[in-house]
Amino acid sequence: MTNHWIDLKNSDCILVMGSNPAENHPCGFKWAIKAKEKGAKIISVDPRFTRSSSIADIYAPMRPGTDIAILGGMINYAIENNLYHKEYVLEFTNAATLIDPQFGFMDGLFTGFDKEKKTYDRATWKYQTGADGKVMEDRKLQHPHCVFQLLKRHFSRYTPDMVSKISGMPKEKFLEIAKLFCSTGAPDKVGTMMYAMGWTQHSKGVQNIRTATILQLLLGNVGMPGGGINALRGHINVQGATDFALLYHDLPGYLGIPSKKDHPTLKDYLEKTTPKTGFGSNKPKFFKSLLKAWFGNAATDKNDFCYDYLPKASGNYSHMALFEDMYAGKLKGFLVVGQNPAVAGPNGNLERKAMEKLEWLAVIDFYETETAAFWKAPGVNPKDIKTEVFLLPAASNVEREGTYTNSGRWVQWGFKAIESEADRKTDGWYIYQLGLRLKKLYAESKEKKERPILDLTWDYGEGTPDAEKILREINGYAIKDVKKDGKVVVKAGENMPIFALLQDDGSTACGNWIYSGIFPKENRSKNRKPDKGDTIGANLGWAFAWPANRRIIYNRASADANGKPWSEAKKYITWDPNAELPDGKKGKWVGPDVPDFKADLAPTAKKEEKGPFIGIGGRDAFIMRPDGKGGLFSPLAEGPFPEHYEPVESPVKNLLSPIQFNPVVKIWASDMDKLGDANKYPIVGTTYRLAEHYLSGSASRNLPWLCELMPELFVELSPELAKEKGIRTGDNCTIETARGKVKAKALVTERFKPFNLDGKKVHLIGLPWHWGYMGICTGDIVNNLTAHIGDPNTFIQESKAFLCDIRKGG
Amino acid sequence: MAKNAMLIDVSRCIACRACQVSCKQWNRLPAVKSSFAGSYENPSGLSSATWRHVRFRETVEKGEVKWRFLSFGCMHCKDASCVFVCPVPGALTRRDDGTVYLDEQKCTGCKYCISACPFDVPHYDDAKGKVYKCNLCADRTANGLTTACAKTCPSEAIRFGDRDSLIKDAKSGGKKIYGENELGGLSVMYVLQEFPSFYGLPERPAMPVTTAFWKKVLKPLGYIGVGTTVAAIILHYIAIGPKKYKGGE
Repeated sequence: MTNHWIDLKNSDCILVMGSNPAENHPCGFKWAIKAKEKGAKIISVDPRFTRSSSIADIYAPMRPGTDIAILGGMINYAIENNLYHKEYVLEFTNAATLIDPQFGFMDGLFTGFDKEKKTYDRATWKYQTGADGKVMEDRKLQHPHCVFQLLKRHFSRYTPDMVSKISGMPKEKFLEIAKLFCSTGAPDKVGTMMYAMGWTQHSKGVQNIRTATILQLLLGNVGMPGGGINALRGHINVQGATDFALLYHDLPGYLGIPSKKDHPTLKDYLEKTTPKTGFGSNKPKFFKSLLKAWFGNAATDKNDFCYDYLPKASGNYSHMALFEDMYAGKLKGFLVVGQNPAVAGPNGNLERKAMEKLEWLAVIDFYETETAAFWKAPGVNPKDIKTEVFLLPAASNVEREGTYTNSGRWVQWGFKAIESEADRKTDGWYIYQLGLRLKKLYAESKEKKERPILDLTWDYGEGTPDAEKILREINGYAIKDVKKDGKVVVKAGENMPIFALLQDDGSTACGNWIYSGIFPKENRSKNRKPDKGDTIGANLGWAFAWPANRRIIYNRASADANGKPWSEAKKYITWDPNAELPDGKKGKWVGPDVPDFKADLAPTAKKEEKGPFIGIGGRDAFIMRPDGKGGLFSPLAEGPFPEHYEPVESPVKNLLSPIQFNPVVKIWASDMDKLGDANKYPIVGTTYRLAEHYLSGSASRNLPWLCELMPELFVELSPELAKEKGIRTGDNCTIETARGKVKAKALVTERFKPFNLDGKKVHLIGLPWHWGYMGICTGDIVNNLTAHIGDPNTFIQESKAFLCDIRKGG
Repeated sequence: MAKNAMLIDVSRCIACRACQVSCKQWNRLPAVKSSFAGSYENPSGLSSATWRHVRFRETVEKGEVKWRFLSFGCMHCKDASCVFVCPVPGALTRRDDGTVYLDEQKCTGCKYCISACPFDVPHYDDAKGKVYKCNLCADRTANGLTTACAKTCPSEAIRFGDRDSLIKDAKSGGKKIYGENELGGLSVMYVLQEFPSFYGLPERPAMPVTTAFWKKVLKPLGYIGVGTTVAAIILHYIAIGPKKYKGGE
């Protein structure tokens, strides 16, 4: 989230799209309800009418996989009808920037596409520079190659009629939601967006979110209270896991994993990945402090701070890629902690088959999950499987202490409620012990390749690691005295007060720079002082929000170019020319939150020529970007602007261009990776979760009270489709795709409707994916239907839009 | 004495059913073995092991789908039919704080209350031979806590508190209350978005004629004997008919 849960109450219009918070985030959704009771409107855009839709003021149906068409249509609507926030767009985005004259877009492709390799050469996707080397601008926004005009032209094709033909959303519904949401382009109105897997799990998931971001920038809704782009995390600590690089492509604090090819040395890595301007220019301080935290005294200036110890990426290690490798017999062992891929992974038949090829599998969990019991799956003969399986008993979250980072980036300490019984150990215990035992095994080794294990700092106490010791390392500490302006500001051995004081000379250590400041002297994740009375809801005394306890990021943009509030109603961070600084000088940014800006950089200030904010001037609100501007134009794998393509499995032709689906999508192609076509599988299928179960159900399907609420797998379909297929509520049905089939009970409901796509009727069915063959309430695994198709930026699966068929019986 | 009450504002209800589960958890009620019943409602209604239940009502009006929810349990009537008909002293009582309390220890399982209740709330447990229903978490409220369902409700649709304040609050927001005056005033009240019958609630809940007769005529005569109760049951059957479940779609 750019904002946070409580901040939803400050919104005037909440677009719930690609998410279903009433069912999947019920505790946070109350803030949207509070906004509604204060007069805000809630819009629910969803393929089916959900429990969130029941609270919304407007429900607008859409075919799965057409989000870019709808949001792109709203961009067009905002520009055509002059509803965008002109001053915000001019001052805070790259709208005025001129783009390379060679850049263009034709027939569904941007310049630079390589048809053979199916990749883009991004050479033309860049800013135009003048003879003086400076980026060129047209502040009148009229130049045909300025970002604004390119954007306007690109989305001019997304007319209301086109949106309706592609998405199946009735044109009048589209106009109703476009008018309502775009009304937040007014300076005293703010709109927000809530999204989750409904936007991400697509072959163009990242571009879905990019389209939303462009719309929010155009309407001046980013950095504002009640605004932003808000990703709703589906698990108590997904945000924390992401911050700590539990994905293969990253290092803690989003520093990025070094590449084997491009970054053989520390110098290569830092030079090629550090922006020259913007706050990102501080990366060497954060990166070297990370190496110091990990390798301690062994990391010195002379040995590149042990840069060689880091693994260098040379391939795709995303979820689906790993399972493909496993299926191809390339992986020997698999350690699974806190997930259940046998149910949650796409193309479940392939993923479970892949596990049969492992020599060993170790699962740390508090139930025997389908993954731990993959050898007991229906149709599998355990005698045929040679994999040695270890099930290690895990302690539950109430049996351990440590932090959870919620969707709003709030890091909150969780206290241990009960002692673990029997042999259950925390996940931390397992990882810590694994490290300790590896160190012991290699203790006598003189080999260089063993050094990363032996030099790793791994001192968190006896037995179960001390979570506060780990948090102190994450926060960072001074190894030598840290000086500022000749004065010692952090003494050797002290915890760092903030990441701004981290150094690039090895004198500081920090396990994750964005969390620095969480443990200056005391553990701020334990703070429990809420705001008193009816405030804007920043609650700075409650827990710690990264970065720097900031609750709304980009909040410099909540004031206009001159530092004045856009409106009194939405006043948040403003420039106070008379506020006194510690050194006696005057002028600073003030407000109920921690300003996301250099504290004393006046709105009139020119771009800084040196220091941590190099290249940032008083109006450059987006300090993490090299040019300080919100990116209306911003390159991703598919291009610098989003473009609608059909899902890989689609019942219709792409109406916007001859390019049917994402031209750079990743589609795996083993003998178990099959794609279906609309002749055999004419119905659109989608998957989702219910309030009553949790993710793969490994916990909730072992609780009788929750099994009682939702005992069996069901499939939802419209009365029209039910009539065509002769299906009635309660009937057993079989749902089939090119990958597999599942059995489910039918729920015929008016909440599902067929779509009218340019005159063609297309049906939709939907399945909750919580069931599996273990636990006390069981059912078929819905992910047997989904495919190994990956977004080219993140390699997330396209499980929200696929082709299938349904029949009675089974 | 201040009266305890719950006010359930259905416009805030997201049907997460946390109330249904927290009720079971606090009151240590077992899960019922259920199977897919053709809707999100499961189990399909109140029972001796389910004292709070969320009803789902789906309809189409002018082409637009409506999906409404009602967290339902004992209404804790002031003029509580169940209390009037209960023949066992102390088994069913209306307490000063507004709770209609069913004492499991004293209940003999005669089921009169089941026949008398205008909301179909009490349910008989075959194995235990007793009747069960929501006791408004009397064991919690007596210790200064809110009811379990109100405590759990994430969207603050269920609020527990002083009855007069809850009514004042709702009225200041211009909301119409179901249960303010019905049956002398209910301790569980609703702010509804549709007519009561849409949710399976009686439009004008009233004490069954037979119960009123019992209250006014027979009961004051004292517990004369089995004959009277049998007469009451027969009268009730004639006047009201057999119990029907009003829920379902």
